[in-house]
Amino acid sequence: MIETDICIVGAGPVGLFAIFEAGLLKLRCHLVDVLPQIGGQLSEIYPKKPIYDIPGYPMVMAQELVDNLAKQAEPFHPSYTLGERIESFQKKDDGSFKLTTSEGTIIHAKVVAIAAGLGCFEPRKPEIPGLEDFEKKGVQYFVKEPSLYIGKKVIISGGGDSALDWAIHLESLGAEVSLVHRSSSFRGAPDSVEKVMDLAKNQQIELFLNSQVTQLKGEKWLDSLILTDADKNEKELKVDYFIPLFGLSPKLGPIEHWSLNLDKNAIVVNTKDFETDIPGIFAIGDINTYPGKLKLILCGFHEAALMAHGAFKYIFPEKRINLKYTTVNGIEAF
Amino acid sequence: MEELIKIEVIDPAMESHTLELPTDMGLSLMECLKAGGFDIMATCGGMALCATCHVEILEGLDQLPDPQESELDMLDTLPLLLEGSRLSCQLRITEKMNGLKVRILS
Repeated sequence: MIETDICIVGAGPVGLFAIFEAGLLKLRCHLVDVLPQIGGQLSEIYPKKPIYDIPGYPMVMAQELVDNLAKQAEPFHPSYTLGERIESFQKKDDGSFKLTTSEGTIIHAKVVAIAAGLGCFEPRKPEIPGLEDFEKKGVQYFVKEPSLYIGKKVIISGGGDSALDWAIHLESLGAEVSLVHRSSSFRGAPDSVEKVMDLAKNQQIELFLNSQVTQLKGEKWLDSLILTDADKNEKELKVDYFIPLFGLSPKLGPIEHWSLNLDKNAIVVNTKDFETDIPGIFAIGDINTYPGKLKLILCGFHEAALMAHGAFKYIFPEKRINLKYTTVNGIEAF
Repeated sequence: MEELIKIEVIDPAMESHTLELPTDMGLSLMECLKAGGFDIMATCGGMALCATCHVEILEGLDQLPDPQESELDMLDTLPLLLEGSRLSCQLRITEKMNGLKVRILS
């Protein structure tokens, strides 16, 4: 079990800055994020886009901001659980929280700060009847353990970079790879497209263009699938694993069922310390809402600072906080 | 003087709404849909990077400018692509869009 002062749900820019603000009050943080890396949508969606409205930076690239925030947080020794999603929480009699992730990791925290942005990124699923019945039974949306596919018949569907990259990689490991794409050409990185075309020419991977997977078949495990081409011709293929790769889309996820007060997929908070209607659970950044809310990174930073003070008062109701400035003794003093 | 156009929006519940939109404010269709209270995520804020503002143009597709490369790239990653698929963040409101009929894809 992981023990921490504040469990921060979401490792985007606001969650990362909350480590710093909590650290100034000697509170330690553990962050959980469903993505395999920190940075939230900045790293996942637009790492190479410039941002112009971060105070003190006339322009900063999204990934650079994430890297800097992580560096800024480092003196306060944060810990991370990545690639897992918080599924549920339980409030204990002493006011602390027990949180459980999708992989069964248990975190015991005195305070919870939800900094989950627009929710957690989930795979976009193609509309194929019965798709969800085959999840974990041959249908996968992520490649977590590439070695699993060695010697197996793998069908990847999608036309983006991840579909191309995984087709190339899994073939190189020794999987029997087919790639299915709706249109006649790929718009991914030219190098990857060329590589896939070469592999197809050498019959190392089988390419099905202008085709879509329309049906899945199998008893307990996925056994075969039906491809339908633009002329409505059908073809049945044997398969061990079907991996549809159509990118990620954010969903509010399990937080929806935490009985928090919600308004249009955002968590309602007070503006004193951004606490929700459940004492000890705070919400900061794009996930929260209050009168006048602006979904800006800089507003999330402000909310993180006030949240940290609210968290301190929740944990130590008797103690007073003296606001100290980092300019006086540096951060070593904290 | 503000120029207004009218468009018809079909929401995910298949209900029709008429919106009056200004053409002189440099707004995108995504921004107008959000402002109109429609449930549209637009995660990336309008950079053609997330496809969560995907709409289907039911009428008036030929009144629109052709999609840029970045929009085509992103549309291509979607599992469901329709003939009238566009990213609403890439459509700037102009007079030519008067009478457009748009369906929001949930």
